[in-house]
Amino acid sequence: MNEIKVKVKDLSLWYGTNHALKSISMDIPEKMVTAFIGPSGCGKSTFLRTLNRMNDLIDNVTIDGEVCIDNINIYDKDIDVVNLRKKVGMIFQKSNPFAKSVYDNIAFGPRINGISQKSILDEIVERSLKQAAIWDEVKDRLFNSALSLSGGQQQRICIARSLAVNPEIILMDEPASALDPISTAKIEELIHELKKEYTIIIVTHNMQQAARTSDLTALFYMGDLIEMNRTEVIFSNPAKKQTEDYISGRFG
Amino acid sequence: MARGTGKVAKSDIVTFNKKKFRFSDWFAEKVIKSVAFLSIAIVILIFVFVFREAFPIFRMDKKVAASSELMVQESYGGSDSGSTEKVADNQVGNSNKTQTPGDSPSSTLLSKTWMPVSDNPRYGMLPLFLGTLKVTLIALLFAAPLSILAAIYTSMFAKPRIREVIKPVIELLAGFPSVVIGFFALMVLASVFQNIFGYASRLNSFVGGIAMGLAAIPIIYTLTEDALTAVPKTFTEASLGLGASRRQTAFYVVLPAAVPGIFAAVVLGLGRIFGETMIALMATGNAAMISMNPFDSVRTLSATIGAEMAEVVFGDTHYNVLFLIGSLLFIFTFALNALAEFYFKNMVIRKYQSKK
Amino acid sequence: MNRNLKDTIVEGITGVSVLLIIFIIVSILAITIVGGWPKLNWTFLSEFPKDGMTKGGIFPAIIGTAVMTIIMAVAAVPFGVITAVYLAEYASEKSVVAKTIRFAVKTLAVVPSIIFGLFGLGFFIGFIGKNMDGLLNGGVLKWGQPNILWASFTMALLTLPVVIVSVEEAIRTIPREMREASLALGATKWQTIKSVVLPGSISGILTGTILAVSRGAGEVAPILFTGAAYFLSTLPHSLNDQFMSLGYHIYIMSTQSSDVDATLPIQFATTLVLLLLTFSLNAVAVVLRYRIRKRAK
Ligand SMILES: Nc1ncnc2c1ncn2[C@@H]1O[C@H](COP(=O)(O)OP(=O)(O)OP(=O)(O)O)[C@@H](O)[C@H]1O
Ligand SMILES: [Mg+2]
Repeated sequence: MNEIKVKVKDLSLWYGTNHALKSISMDIPEKMVTAFIGPSGCGKSTFLRTLNRMNDLIDNVTIDGEVCIDNINIYDKDIDVVNLRKKVGMIFQKSNPFAKSVYDNIAFGPRINGISQKSILDEIVERSLKQAAIWDEVKDRLFNSALSLSGGQQQRICIARSLAVNPEIILMDEPASALDPISTAKIEELIHELKKEYTIIIVTHNMQQAARTSDLTALFYMGDLIEMNRTEVIFSNPAKKQTEDYISGRFG
Repeated sequence: MARGTGKVAKSDIVTFNKKKFRFSDWFAEKVIKSVAFLSIAIVILIFVFVFREAFPIFRMDKKVAASSELMVQESYGGSDSGSTEKVADNQVGNSNKTQTPGDSPSSTLLSKTWMPVSDNPRYGMLPLFLGTLKVTLIALLFAAPLSILAAIYTSMFAKPRIREVIKPVIELLAGFPSVVIGFFALMVLASVFQNIFGYASRLNSFVGGIAMGLAAIPIIYTLTEDALTAVPKTFTEASLGLGASRRQTAFYVVLPAAVPGIFAAVVLGLGRIFGETMIALMATGNAAMISMNPFDSVRTLSATIGAEMAEVVFGDTHYNVLFLIGSLLFIFTFALNALAEFYFKNMVIRKYQSKK
Repeated sequence: MNRNLKDTIVEGITGVSVLLIIFIIVSILAITIVGGWPKLNWTFLSEFPKDGMTKGGIFPAIIGTAVMTIIMAVAAVPFGVITAVYLAEYASEKSVVAKTIRFAVKTLAVVPSIIFGLFGLGFFIGFIGKNMDGLLNGGVLKWGQPNILWASFTMALLTLPVVIVSVEEAIRTIPREMREASLALGATKWQTIKSVVLPGSISGILTGTILAVSRGAGEVAPILFTGAAYFLSTLPHSLNDQFMSLGYHIYIMSTQSSDVDATLPIQFATTLVLLLLTFSLNAVAVVLRYRIRKRAK
């Protein structure tokens, strides 16, 4: 097992009075793929969003506990959330490219970091698109609107856009749920490539996808972390009855 | 070149363990917040400056002599050719105005005569109040039922396609400048009504009232329509499901639920009518007299300001009295707005909550 | 009474109300067009008034209105946009400050336009202008009198809520995902506003500006004693000159002209020009707004 990248300790979260995460603790290793599974509404997205403090944007959220990334608790008072998010990128369920050209989408991150030199931007754009395995498909229409691409292409643009900021961790919330099987396969392939350099955490509803892509799997249920283990173990020999039921499709 | 490839990225390592001060963010936030306060500041400034110019009225020992010396040539407003008011009591020029000592201006405020420009000026606001009230009442009686009925048709009976036409067309009226409506009233309505009713003075509170009603129609209509559409669909569906007709549903279910919203609409329409100046100036005849006859000329509060401020001397009693009228208008519309905003809105909220 | 008959009657009465309102709108339009059309030609638009304003055109009034609304927009739009950004992006709905600002904006929207005129006179001319003269010109009257600058500023206050409401509405139609995408890339709040929110609300800003210009072009009461002039033989060439305006021209010509009947065609044609101007501006705004609302769905 690789080194621990993210260490979560007794993390609880409330939306108003709704206790959405109940004292979650887990270790997430570096440069591996960790999958979160569980029935709808169990708190997977909520938990994922606590890892780059995206929940800060929602009114009325209370958070208790610790999330340590590289041994720094990201909920400490003095944390710079902006830089944290540069380190922890996020891909959303619904692909959300900006209404700008492909090029400007990818260059968005570098630009806000103050890079304006054309040659450097060109290079970053090309590298990121190649990393996201979409360079060949868009290299001739870099200056067309990103919204003119297909859903699967848009999602890979979003991945490239996030890679352009050089994150260390990439959070993906059901990145392929709105895509056709071919696009999904491409994304899964991409995840496999990316884990060589990045720590990847993925939420998915698709059990096969979790089994195919992830090294570790965590099952959530009603805001609790039921079980977390190596993916083979979860799928072949789970410790908890609940896990077995969920895996075999008996609930959720 | 730190970012050549993903691997050398570590050389400009991003750390998040310490809050970073970002000047542009800090500065933008400060600017945005301060500018947003400007709206509050403007309202307060309006209060302060309109009241400030009205206040000297209440100082009894106003220096009459001093003010008459000041009266040389400081006339305000467009004035290359001294504009000639049609109304008799306003034809006297500024320069021969003096005040008889002992007749303090504030003591005449409640009298029945508005004669600000004379040897013995009298600032009785009673005719102005009465005139405003009369015109407002006529305008409201005309505009409110018409707009509400039209809104009911639009939201309850009209087919979606027709609604898409009616709404923008009626809202067009909101884009008509009041001087255009005033012109229409002056040129067309006045003559048409004169032919129908055969009254003597062509411009009167009836013509003015109808014209101001026109200005209020889009406000009352739009807000009423909003209030009606805001009634939860479940109400309507339940009622229709029980076999009630659209009319019954409209009058026994939707309308009662929307009453607070409709009140708010009427109140805001009232505010618009009350403060309307150009239409009043152009269509009411501008005679400050006390009469209950809707076909007599009237002079409203706002028209008085509009007509006389341009002729008045800066800092003069007349000037102060006009600002006093302005203050009253301001307080009144402010109160109406507060009423619509807090009282009626809360009623709407409570209504829907209790029926949830 | 038979229920069906009742239904028909009620539907009829409400329907007639709609027709009556539309009839009035169409009448105003038709009468203005019929009365103004014959006079409306290039000479009328490009000439100064002549012979005690009984002949000639309305060129200075058009230019005056245009310049006044431009200055007004330059003053009102930035403030309006920033206030809208505050209300949509910075203020939390429950904060007292935000509620107070919202109430202030609503108040500004309902204060009678003549009050703005009074305020312009008391504040811009009587206070700011007079003090500027005292400090800069040794008391010589220059800014302490009605002029196009003060009139435009007065009008800017009046149209501020128009801008705020339009822009805020547009900002609120920008999906949360767009903001999240930007923030998740490590953009700061201001960077997100600057590069995602504002570019996304361009059409709203445009709508607000157009509506404000349309409103400002038509209002007369606020400029009655803050800068509008009855007749000027030259165009305004500095900010402390008075100016002629279309609306004021209509008012003066129809109520105070020495020979009202002789100038009737001029009055109608001026009204037609003003109506066409505000009308086309409003039409553009309606279309833009319709597009924004569609995006919101
Ligand atoms: N913004 C929010 N405000 C209030 N409650 C929320 C919010 N987002 C989520 N919740 C609640 O928190 C709980 C967990 O939601 P979450 O979105 O994390 O579930 P999930 O496991 O991602 O579900 P799904 O698989 O459907 O995406 C749910 O009960 C949900 O209703
Ligand atoms: Mg989710």
